[in-house]
Amino acid sequence: MSVQPQQLGEPLNVFGRMGRTVITTLHGAGQGGMILAQAIFFIPSMFTPRRMHNVLFHMYLTGIKSLGVITVVAMFTGMILALQTGLELRRFNQEVNIGTAVTVVMMREMGPFMTALIIAASVGSSIGAQLGTMKVSEEIDALEIMSINPVRFLVTPRLVALMVMLPILTIYTNILGSVGGAIVGKTQLGVSFRAFFDNAQLYAANKDLYVGLFKAFLFGNIIAAVACHQGLTAQHGAVGVGLATRRTVILSFLIILVVGYMTTRLFYV
Amino acid sequence: MIRFEQVTKHLGGRRVLDRVSFEIAKGETFVIVGLSGAGKSVTLKHMVRLLVPDGGRVWVGDDCVSEANSRKVEQIRSRFGVLFQGAALMQWMNVHDNVALPLREHYKKDDDEIEQLVREKLALVKLEAALEKYPSDLSGGMRKRVGLARAIVTSPEIILYDEPTSGLDPVTSRTIDTLIDDMRQEFGVTSVVVTHDLHSALAIGTRIAMLHGGEIIENATPEDFIHSKNEVVQSFLDAQYITREGDWKKKDAP
Repeated sequence: MSVQPQQLGEPLNVFGRMGRTVITTLHGAGQGGMILAQAIFFIPSMFTPRRMHNVLFHMYLTGIKSLGVITVVAMFTGMILALQTGLELRRFNQEVNIGTAVTVVMMREMGPFMTALIIAASVGSSIGAQLGTMKVSEEIDALEIMSINPVRFLVTPRLVALMVMLPILTIYTNILGSVGGAIVGKTQLGVSFRAFFDNAQLYAANKDLYVGLFKAFLFGNIIAAVACHQGLTAQHGAVGVGLATRRTVILSFLIILVVGYMTTRLFYV
Repeated sequence: MIRFEQVTKHLGGRRVLDRVSFEIAKGETFVIVGLSGAGKSVTLKHMVRLLVPDGGRVWVGDDCVSEANSRKVEQIRSRFGVLFQGAALMQWMNVHDNVALPLREHYKKDDDEIEQLVREKLALVKLEAALEKYPSDLSGGMRKRVGLARAIVTSPEIILYDEPTSGLDPVTSRTIDTLIDDMRQEFGVTSVVVTHDLHSALAIGTRIAMLHGGEIIENATPEDFIHSKNEVVQSFLDAQYITREGDWKKKDAP
């Protein structure tokens, strides 16, 4: 995993710069993909008491420690969705249908998407910063010299924690979002809780839940791969750590958006 | 034991090592000195394949580490212990777990055996009382000593020391020197030490090499090094107030 400093000279012209950007991006994507593949390969080695303890610790950090912010964001996402769609539907006396609108949108898109954004910003950035600090303070080199694979030791526990916790947190977000929507329906739009949830049950399908959870699983992998790759390739001291943290959040957001769209396109078109 | 053959390395567009060649014999304490940025740590990193040369070869015993596959590299690295400049301790682990880390990951030893070995090595560096402390609770010197305990806990054949005394007070520096010297005298360990500290180099080294401008400009015993005719070596000695008057005699490490 040791990454040697780049030895590229100044690009000559605009085409040179463009070419370099393309090569650097592909190089980074390839490295990130390799880290993810290696981390998946090491998953079976996590089933020892000591390593499982480490995995559980990261699950705790990812899941339990993020519950507060997820609760607030999920509730308000559902409430905003209910209010916006409800006000429009009221013009056609269809406000009872906010049950379907809120629940389906939460399950298909907003649940996994909002959960992933929160986790990328909180847990992903923290992983990028932690591994980046370890990289610039030679701790990663120390692991390599002790023949301890940094991917197995550092990346796999975080990957497992994220790929397990993201779907679980998404279920939690979906439930709270729907509850938030139902509260707004009851207090602002005059839709009873029973009518809200009956309507939701009528049109929401199991597929919506499964596809949403599948997305959450993919987002977990993306956050782990991006954050660990950025951390493990950090250079140039504190500035490099800051850059790795910033890139983790930006790249995670971008890839989550693109992959979210592609998955929806794959399952619903 | 370790051999550099015409090793060249560029970093950031600059030639850091320029066809560097030298050989370190088994049981030696080989000290590499030089100005900041001379390529001392880069040289050290080539020995354990943290860097790969742009040209030339690095040998450890009969194995060419610069051209070995990853499995072979892992085997070669298992012969080494390394003390990093900043100790490179895992910040979330206490002293005990840091020292026990290589044992837990690679050796099929039970917890009692690991406990005993960890305590033994920590006693060597006089840190038995710090078992439960975290690196952030330790001073720079204590961190270095924990790093040293971790480097020797697997009883390696070769130990690399990157600036073992930098940033330490003179008393702690001499304690570290003693430990390095003891490793050679009592256990026959081959040591490679990178340092700015010529007093330390002269006290513990069996041979001293000076890197300057990417080249080895001097490679001699401490006695010969101190009487070197090379001007850069002479100014390096002068800068540390080491006199060349009369017969210089190596003083035993304290």
